[in-house]
Amino acid sequence: MKREVPLFITAAAGLLIILSFFVPHQIVSVPADFLQQTALILRAFGFVLGGVNVLLVNFDAIYKRQPGWIYKVVLVASLIATVVIGAVEGRGFLNPGTRSKWIYDNLYANMSATMFALLAFFIASAAFRAFRIRTLEAGLLAVAAIIVMLGRVPLSNLLTAWLPEWARLQALQEWILNVPQNASKRAILMGAALGVMATGLRVILGIERTYLSGEE
Amino acid sequence: MSFHPAALNTAYGVGIWVGALLTFCVFSFLYKDNPFYKFAEHLFVGVSAGYYIILNFWTVIYPNLMEPLGKAFAGKGAGEQAGMFAAQLGDYRGWLLIPAFLGLLLFTRLFGRIGWLSRWPLAVLVGIYAGLQTTGFAQGDLVAQIGASLQPLWTGKLGSSLNAIVFTIGLVTSLLFFFFSREHKGALGAASRIGIMFLMVGFGAGYGYTVMSRVSLLIGRFQFLLEDWLGIVR
Amino acid sequence: MTFLEKLDRRWIFLAVGLLVLLPLLFPLALPLFVTPPVAAFVKAVDSIPDGSKVLMSCDYDPASIPEMVPMTRTALRHLLDKRCKLVITVLWTGGPGLVDRVVRQIIEKEYPDRKYGVDFVNLGYKAGDEAVMLAMGQGIVNTFPRDYQGNDTRSMPIMNGVRDYSSFPMLVNISAGYPGTKEWVQQVQARFHLPMVAGVTAVSAPEYYPYLQSHQLLGLLGGMAGAAEYEKARNEKGSATRGMDAQSLAHYFVALCILLGNLVQWTKSRRTVA
Repeated sequence: MKREVPLFITAAAGLLIILSFFVPHQIVSVPADFLQQTALILRAFGFVLGGVNVLLVNFDAIYKRQPGWIYKVVLVASLIATVVIGAVEGRGFLNPGTRSKWIYDNLYANMSATMFALLAFFIASAAFRAFRIRTLEAGLLAVAAIIVMLGRVPLSNLLTAWLPEWARLQALQEWILNVPQNASKRAILMGAALGVMATGLRVILGIERTYLSGEE
Repeated sequence: MSFHPAALNTAYGVGIWVGALLTFCVFSFLYKDNPFYKFAEHLFVGVSAGYYIILNFWTVIYPNLMEPLGKAFAGKGAGEQAGMFAAQLGDYRGWLLIPAFLGLLLFTRLFGRIGWLSRWPLAVLVGIYAGLQTTGFAQGDLVAQIGASLQPLWTGKLGSSLNAIVFTIGLVTSLLFFFFSREHKGALGAASRIGIMFLMVGFGAGYGYTVMSRVSLLIGRFQFLLEDWLGIVR
Repeated sequence: MTFLEKLDRRWIFLAVGLLVLLPLLFPLALPLFVTPPVAAFVKAVDSIPDGSKVLMSCDYDPASIPEMVPMTRTALRHLLDKRCKLVITVLWTGGPGLVDRVVRQIIEKEYPDRKYGVDFVNLGYKAGDEAVMLAMGQGIVNTFPRDYQGNDTRSMPIMNGVRDYSSFPMLVNISAGYPGTKEWVQQVQARFHLPMVAGVTAVSAPEYYPYLQSHQLLGLLGGMAGAAEYEKARNEKGSATRGMDAQSLAHYFVALCILLGNLVQWTKSRRTVA
């Protein structure tokens, strides 16, 4: 029951989805569409489960007065407030003028954007401290990176305008992207496609079982 | 340049000031970790988690599950049919009890002894996405890309023909690099060395674009502070 | 050189901050040129028959605003100038509020004659990634029974005659990662043969060049530079164009950091050997 039933469910669901790719008849397409609708709903339940888990883990940390528990009070309070406000405001909770929209625009959006903006500083710092050219391959990587970085910005249009068109940084950058980069990315795409297909079939056939996680 | 900071007498203006303050709290991490950053970080996690819960409830669980089930329990089938299990393509009414049950089973994960029941809905998800990705990658990435790779090496023009030759060499040697069933010696070794060169050029191009992406995010934040918060208009 | 070996990284942070801030305050107005992938994007959208219903999927969240929002704005104007009707979806959890704000700002200010539910609709978010894409292939209204505001989509005039992907001549996809352009190509373009163009973040742009070369994508905008070029092609001066001066200086600084860092390391190792 604990392993066999899930393995059977995975196999049945996976095979039906693959079959729906080849068989347009409703005897296959209707159950496959039902499975897709089921996936939408289960994913949504998964997000709710994730949020509930965050709540439980942090309640536990507050109760046990773990280091930094004061901040976890902020986390829990903001989570509950966001859920309650959204629940009260109903289906149109993100319509203009609602409190949920205010939270989204001024708290969520700004903090999300700023967290990622920090990366700009770290990428510059890492370029100075960690990017070491010790081999021919690393040198090739660095040269390609520098040409693409510089060729992609308008300052290079100005600085290399005196060169013939094929020698300008922008043209070199385009050539790198269209020819060698394209070739290597296509090879990676095709290799990854084979890998995904193999793994997908292994999962469907029950050979790959790591998603059943741990105990018997 | 003119200077028109966001007003403090409207909800919109107050919101911009709150957003700017939180932006500085997060940026303070660049100096060193501090309570302002920790406060903003935990506030962000809490608001995100709460927002994800309520969004998925109102945009998926309510319209795609609860409403059709409500109609089914009221005896209204799909289309003109009667009966809670009368369904049609895309409108499954009473049959949605199955995903509802599976969705609730996911929560058994939180209870140790019956946690194994959560494997059933996970198995459904894993099976569906394994099937979707197998066919998607096969059609979109493998078949289509192989087809596009079969291009003539002589195009009539020297420049584009050279490009086609370099491209084909790069593709074949990069693919050979990933062939690990034989040791990379001799001809295979030489080919895979050339393949590594092409891969490194590809990674370098990727690095260059990554730098562009990260810098863009910082530019966006500064544009928010200058244009939306301080109202500096050029 | 010893000073550089021991340089506190916060000085680098300060330099980056200043090099980005100053050009925003004092613009350099550097010249932009439209590259072939962007020109192809413009040409593909131009080829859509005027007045068509177009599917637009905006799959991003606030973390990608500087790259994605300018593309969205210019694409909206491009399509609305052709009097196209827009069916908009958002497959990223963090995106619906942002996309709705962008769409409203453009339409309410610049196209006030366009009516919601008649000329455009925001179907909002749906969880499920590829499963949503495939479910839309069976029926869009069944997948999105309610729109972003909670209205019944079946009763909307714009959704009359919209069954599945065959109802649209093109998909305009603006995406920041997963789920996004790759999944649309794999699940929708490959299976339903819906022509598509894409605007993507710079991080993911290089990996879509194979799709461009194989014509699975008819056009590609890559990052803020791609957005700026699109604005130039459309004779607009939006936030992407304004940001390219800062982008230029920052890129040159990062390139300098790579070279300087290696020079410092090289002189240090020579000193150690000596």
